[in-house]
Amino acid sequence: MRPGLVIRLLVLGLLVAFIFAPGAFGWAFAPLNRPNQPPIYTQSSLLRLTLSHLGIVLGAVLAASIVAIGLAIVVTRRAGEDFLPLSRSLANIGQTFPPVAVLALAVPILGFGNGPTFVALFLYGLLPIFENALTGLTATPPAVREAARGMGMTGWQRLVGVELPLALPVILAGVRLSIVISLATATIGSTVAASTLGEVIIAGLLSNNIAFILQGGLIVAVLAVLIYDGLSAIERRLGRRGGAPLPAA
Amino acid sequence: MQASAVPLARPRQGQFRFRLDLLGVVIAALGFAGLFLPFAAFRANRIVPGEGAQLFIALGPVWGVVLLSASLLVLAVALLRTPARLRLAASLSALLLLLVLIGEAGRHLTPEGDALARVSPGSGFWVLLAAFALLAADALSRLALSPLMRIGLVLGLAAVLAAILLSGAWDALSVLREYENRASAFWREAETHVLLAFGSLAAATLVGVPLGMLCHKVRPLRAATLNVLNMVQTIPSIALFGLLIAPLAWVAANVPGASALGVSGIGTAPALVALFAYSLLPVVANTVVGLGAVPRAANDAARGMGMTNWQRLAGVQMPLAFPVILTGIRIVLVQNIGLATIAALIGGGGFGVFVFQGIGQTAMDLVLLGAVPTVILAMGAGIVLDALVELASPQKRGRS
Amino acid sequence: MSQPTAPMIAIEGLCKDYEGRRVVEDVSLTIGRGEIVAVVGTSGSGKTTLLRMVNRLVEPSAGRVTIEGEDTRAQPPHLLRRRIGYVIQGNGLFPHRTVAQNIGTVPRLLGWDRARIAARVKALLEIFQLDPAEFAGRLPHELSGGQQQRVGVARALAAEPHLLLMDEPFGALDPIIRAKAQEDLLAIQKSFGTTIMLVTHDMDEAIALGTRIAVMDQGRVLQYAPPEDIIARPATPFVDALLGRGDRPFRLLSLGHVRDLLEPGTAQGEPIGPEASLREAFAECLWSGRDALPVIENGQALGIVRREALARQAGRPQ
Repeated sequence: MRPGLVIRLLVLGLLVAFIFAPGAFGWAFAPLNRPNQPPIYTQSSLLRLTLSHLGIVLGAVLAASIVAIGLAIVVTRRAGEDFLPLSRSLANIGQTFPPVAVLALAVPILGFGNGPTFVALFLYGLLPIFENALTGLTATPPAVREAARGMGMTGWQRLVGVELPLALPVILAGVRLSIVISLATATIGSTVAASTLGEVIIAGLLSNNIAFILQGGLIVAVLAVLIYDGLSAIERRLGRRGGAPLPAA
Repeated sequence: MQASAVPLARPRQGQFRFRLDLLGVVIAALGFAGLFLPFAAFRANRIVPGEGAQLFIALGPVWGVVLLSASLLVLAVALLRTPARLRLAASLSALLLLLVLIGEAGRHLTPEGDALARVSPGSGFWVLLAAFALLAADALSRLALSPLMRIGLVLGLAAVLAAILLSGAWDALSVLREYENRASAFWREAETHVLLAFGSLAAATLVGVPLGMLCHKVRPLRAATLNVLNMVQTIPSIALFGLLIAPLAWVAANVPGASALGVSGIGTAPALVALFAYSLLPVVANTVVGLGAVPRAANDAARGMGMTNWQRLAGVQMPLAFPVILTGIRIVLVQNIGLATIAALIGGGGFGVFVFQGIGQTAMDLVLLGAVPTVILAMGAGIVLDALVELASPQKRGRS
Repeated sequence: MSQPTAPMIAIEGLCKDYEGRRVVEDVSLTIGRGEIVAVVGTSGSGKTTLLRMVNRLVEPSAGRVTIEGEDTRAQPPHLLRRRIGYVIQGNGLFPHRTVAQNIGTVPRLLGWDRARIAARVKALLEIFQLDPAEFAGRLPHELSGGQQQRVGVARALAAEPHLLLMDEPFGALDPIIRAKAQEDLLAIQKSFGTTIMLVTHDMDEAIALGTRIAVMDQGRVLQYAPPEDIIARPATPFVDALLGRGDRPFRLLSLGHVRDLLEPGTAQGEPIGPEASLREAFAECLWSGRDALPVIENGQALGIVRREALARQAGRPQ
């Protein structure tokens, strides 16, 4: 086995062990705190928080992927091309919206809890995926597109058989980016009572408990790195099959 | 970066014909729905839930008719295939009218001399605003304005906004009531917010660009540096802010002169350091990418003509990489303006103070007082820097 | 410094190793003043590496190069390069600088004053048939491929170098523009007397431009001779193959001009100019089925050129 893989598996094992039995790691966090402070967050189970965190993130990114890819397909077709310039500028402007603002503005409509976080992550996740899907779908080499037309493929066949498979690595890169951003952003959701690992960090901030901040932050960061790595590997595999890197259009 | 050969919308016919505009149908439907939603919300005080006031109740008959007919006219312009300039003029006028009239609704709905009553924009206002803004955005992207004109437009809009605020037209609105109570705090936090966003950007540019040059030159350093900076990005912002409290408190206590410079565990210093850490990746990565994308032939020609390494870097490589580096700076600035709101959680100040106070008190007006300036600042910075990137790219300049 | 009697370039026992692989093997050749030497070879033959060792873009592993009698290692490489013109495939124009700024690059490096640079840029643009008023302020991407190439050559000539190195300078051009660019280069070379060392993979180009041709394969120079000798007496089967057996007579004809075979007399049909190549004249005879072509210059009949004489000229020289 390659050393990189061994390290990743080791980190994953450590993460899983920590989430299931955080108490066993008290010794590692205790030195950060004053003696009377608890080294491990126990108000709610780390396992539950992690699963809820992942659930919100994956749910939001899944929803965002479906909408964003669908939208990108529509605006790159003949019928939807009227929407292309606007959707481009909206994607560009939308990215400037701070996530905290989205979160705060969603509260009066959805109330406290997971709802605003889901919406904020969904909206924030849309943009990278949409932008990448657009790039991928418009970067099909003209020669390939012409060949597909020349061989008598219908619009639908070209989309499913040629354009989407060629765009897939780029689209996946967008999804990956979106997941990594969302994993970190979801922690902010706990300021409006979402059940995420942000709860641990905020508890640490409120009680001046460095150990809490660190363990909350570490779990999120390690999750992000592992997921990022895994998805990159999948992309590379897909890219190899597609003969990527795609030539610049 | 993005594929440039994107088929844009087919050029519109010059002569006027009654044909429906696809996007206009969506905008018109949205705007039409907005006319039936409550235009403003009235609350007896800042905490209780509000009750919606329809257009005519909120504005009275005269202004109600004015807004209704103007909106219908503009939505008709949107619905039909009309020239982009007309669409832009119509949408901008409608936006101006809408913004002025929401202030009028505030005056109309507030009982004489009632200091507790709050009037805020209702869902109808927001939907109309969105519809007209979409129309304006679409017209603008169809017009494909030159970068300088885009910057001019941003400045113009900022001036209009300032004029409305200074004229007192919005004074009866709840957001400005919140502002009145906190005017000095607002400007103090605004200053902090700008300092956090721009200060960290300046530091990241000063450190990141030379680091990027070094990474470009020294291959092994590149992967290692970018990996580390990538990892930093995965640490949730609230955790990174929090984790820096302790080290900076230690610095403040133990490094002579540090606390005199304003370094302390709680407050602006950890926020600044955290934002700096997040900013490094885009700056370094874009510097590396920009330098790597300098055409081989240009580089080879520069060497062949007898430029020294320094002349080549300063005269050829950096100017060619500059637009890409500027793109990195754009990413950082927009990201930092947003992230600086988080600083409030660790006592670092900024507009986030109002957002989180507002969330805590379930006072939406207070949230808006923090969120709206942040959004405007981030959008403005994004648009202006996009325009600057385009100005800096010789290949793109002059292309419509 | 430089010795007036020394050859422009003397390459002595030049070698280059890359990671233990020898890409240039013991090359020695001299290039006289005012010569155009074309280095021909397939890709990977080491021809570009050889060229880049002359201006020390690549440092030789062994051997030495002297330019006008002076060892190239006698001065820092960047100062050496400012004295030598350099043109590469795809021209390498700086995309962020205007045409005038591009052309003025080396004069600026050499510290010429502004007026002198401006005058030189203007003169060069005129020589290359680019109206200074129209083109000086343009950016490279606003030029056609042929114009970009001309600016690239003008830039290389800006500081009036005695020596011009060219690496596939016409590689990116389509055939018609390429022929024109080659003609222009010959005219400019004639008026400036610049020595040119040019790398190409195209034997036709080498024959059209070179006063001598060096054929390279696997890092070695197989033959270094004037074009007629290369065509008539290829030194190795590789050189022979590179020439293409079917094309040899026509390549030989392409070296001569109608003026060389002028005979008195008259003939019918479309006339031909005295500066046309023998290859064109022969092709015209075959195509129109005539035994002789009238030769006319500026409306005045000079005589005829005969098919028989042309055919004799196309045979292997004795």
